[in-house]
Amino acid sequence: MQRHGRTIQVVAGVTLALIATGSLVMSGCKKSSSTTSGNGDGSSRQLVVGFSQIGAESSWRTAETNSIRGEAETRGIKLQFSDAQQKQENQIKAINAFIAQKVDAIILAPVVETGWEPVLKAAKAQGIPVILVDRGVDVSDDSLYTTLIASDFVAEGRKAAEWLATKLNGSGNIVELQGTPGSAPAIDRKKGFEDGIAPFEGLKIIKSQTGEFTRAKGKEVMEAFLKSAPGQINAVYAHNDDMALGAIQAIQEAGLKPGKDIIVVSIDGVRGAFEAMVAGTLNCTVECNPLLGPAAFDAVAKVLAGETLPKWTVVDDQVFDQSVAADVIDSRKY
Amino acid sequence: MRRSLRQLIWPLVALALLLVFNAVASPSFFHVQFVNGRLSGAAIDVLNQGAPVMLLALGMTLVIGTGGIDLSVGAVMAVAGALAAKLLHLDAPVALAIVAALGVCVAAGIWNGGLVTVASIPPIVATLIFMVAGRGIAQLITDGQIITINPGSSFTVIGRGVIGGLPVPVVIALSAALVIAAIVRLTSLGVFIEAIGGNEEASRYAGINVRWIRLSVYAIMGLLAGLAGLIDTADIAAADANNSGLYLELDAILAVVIGGTALTGGRFSLLGALVGAIIIQTLSTTILMTTFRGHSVPPEFNLVIKAIVVLMVCLLQSDELRRMVLQVRRVQG
Repeated sequence: MQRHGRTIQVVAGVTLALIATGSLVMSGCKKSSSTTSGNGDGSSRQLVVGFSQIGAESSWRTAETNSIRGEAETRGIKLQFSDAQQKQENQIKAINAFIAQKVDAIILAPVVETGWEPVLKAAKAQGIPVILVDRGVDVSDDSLYTTLIASDFVAEGRKAAEWLATKLNGSGNIVELQGTPGSAPAIDRKKGFEDGIAPFEGLKIIKSQTGEFTRAKGKEVMEAFLKSAPGQINAVYAHNDDMALGAIQAIQEAGLKPGKDIIVVSIDGVRGAFEAMVAGTLNCTVECNPLLGPAAFDAVAKVLAGETLPKWTVVDDQVFDQSVAADVIDSRKY
Repeated sequence: MRRSLRQLIWPLVALALLLVFNAVASPSFFHVQFVNGRLSGAAIDVLNQGAPVMLLALGMTLVIGTGGIDLSVGAVMAVAGALAAKLLHLDAPVALAIVAALGVCVAAGIWNGGLVTVASIPPIVATLIFMVAGRGIAQLITDGQIITINPGSSFTVIGRGVIGGLPVPVVIALSAALVIAAIVRLTSLGVFIEAIGGNEEASRYAGINVRWIRLSVYAIMGLLAGLAGLIDTADIAAADANNSGLYLELDAILAVVIGGTALTGGRFSLLGALVGAIIIQTLSTTILMTTFRGHSVPPEFNLVIKAIVVLMVCLLQSDELRRMVLQVRRVQG
C-alpha cells in the first residue's frame, strides 16, 4: 500500500513538475513573442510583482507597505498591491489573482501561519516565486516559498537584555511586560531576554505578566507591579513600545521618574518611543525594522536571476538609546 | 429592600473572599498612601481601572432589566475615544470634542434602540450590528492608527485627574451610579423597566409606552459607554481603536449577572452590578499582584483562573445548588 502510495505521489509530482515547466516554457514563449512584436527591446519589459499585505492596523505595517511601494517605484517595478483587511481568505484570493495575471513574483505578509499550502502550491506550479515578509508560514514543504525576510525576535530580546545589563552594571530587579500569550514575538522576545540576562547573576525578573501589546494594559499591569513590589523595581522590559509607553505613565502617576528612578527598555522603535526617549522617559528601544522593501526586491531580483536564497533572510535590527534619539528622530519613517 | 440586600449577599461574599486572599498573598494590596495629592494603592487602582466596566454595567443593568442586551458597548467606547482624539487632533476645543463624542454615542444608542423597538430585531442581533460596525467606524476615524493626545491637554483630566484625592474616573462612575439610581428610583422609570422585562405585553396593556422606555434605556447605555470610552482614551492619552473597549461588553454583562440581575429581565440591581464590576477588576488586579515563590502567575493561566473564579461566584449564587447540597447533607445526617 505504502509503495503504491509513494509511486502515485512520485507520478503526481512528476506530472505537476511537467505541467509547471510546460507552463513556464509556454509563458516564456508568450512573453518573448509579445516583446518581439512590441518595440523589440526585450530587456525593458517591466517586472510585475504582486504584494498581499495584511492590512493597515498599525504605523509599523503602514511603514512596511510604504517601504515596499517606494522600493518598487525606485526600481521601476510594477506593483500590484492588495490589502487583505486582516482576512486570510482575502489574501488567498489576491494570490490567486496574481497567479492568473502571471506576475513575475509575489510578496506575501501572511496574516496567520497555517492554511497556505494549496495556494502556495498553485503559485509554485506556475513557477512564480513567493517571498514572505515579516511572518513565516507553517508548510510541510519549504520549497513552497523562496525566503522569509523577517526580524529575529530572539535576537531583539537578547539585545534589549545586553543593553540593560550594561546600564544596570549587571545587577537589579526587572519587571517584564509580555506580549499576547502564545504569539511568536512574545515567546521569542521573552526567551531572548532571559538568555541575555542569564550570565548576570545580579539581574532578576521579579514580575512578569502580559500587557497584551497595548498601552492601556501595559499601564494597568505596571500599576499593579508598582504596588506589589514597592521600591524594588529597577527596570521595566516591555515586549513592545506601546506597553512601555503605558508603563511610563503608571510610573509617573506613582510619583517616580521613568527613565531615571526606573529604567525602561522596549522593542519596535515606533515614533512614540523616539519621542519618549527625547523626553527622557524611555531609555532604549530595539528596532524591529519594517522597512523591508529593499531586501524584498533584492530577493526578487536574485530568485529571478536563478540564485538560491537562504530560507530566512534575517533583518538587521539596531539598538537606539537616549544618546542618539534626538539625532535620528527626524530620519525615522514610522 | 430586604430582598435586594439578600440578593447582594453572595456577590459580597465572593468579593470578601478575594480580598482575604489578597490580604494573605500580597499584603501591600491594602496599602494606600498620598502621592502628589492623589490616593495611591492597589485598592484605588481597582476602582480606577474598574470605572469603565462599572459605567457599562450600570447601563447594561437597565438594558437587561427590560429583557434586552447590548453587545455594542465596547465598540461605542472605541468610537467615543476615536472621535474625541480626532477632534482634538484637529485643534477642536476640549468641550466640543467631549460633547460631540458623547452625542454620537447617544445616537448610537438610539440607533440600537430603534432597531430593537421600531424594526423589532432581537436585541442580541440588533446590537451585534453596531458591535461590528462601530469598531469599523472607529478604525475609519483613526485610519487604524493610534492617535495620541497631548498629555498636557485638559482632556486627559477625565482619565488621570484627581478630585479630593480620588481619581476622576472613580468620581465619574460613582456620580453616574447616584444619578441613575435617583432617576430609576425617584421616577417611575425603574418600575416601568421591571414591568417591561417581566411582561412586555401586560405592560403595554397597562399603558406603559414600551417603545419610549426601551429607546431611552439604550440611549442611556450609549451615553455611559461613551463616558467609559472617554475615560479609557484620556487615561492613556491615546485613542487605540483596535483595542479600546475590546470584549468589555462581555465583562459588563458578566458584572450584571454576578450582581444578581437575571438575563431574562425584570427585577434588577444597580448596586449588584457595581459590586460585580468591582469583583471582575479585583480579580484582574489580584492575578497581576500575586507572586508565588518569586514567580508571577504565568499569563497563559490568566483566563483560566478568571473562568474558575467566575464559575465559583455563579455557583455560590445558585439557589438550586445550595438546596441540593443541603438535601445531601440532610440525607447523610
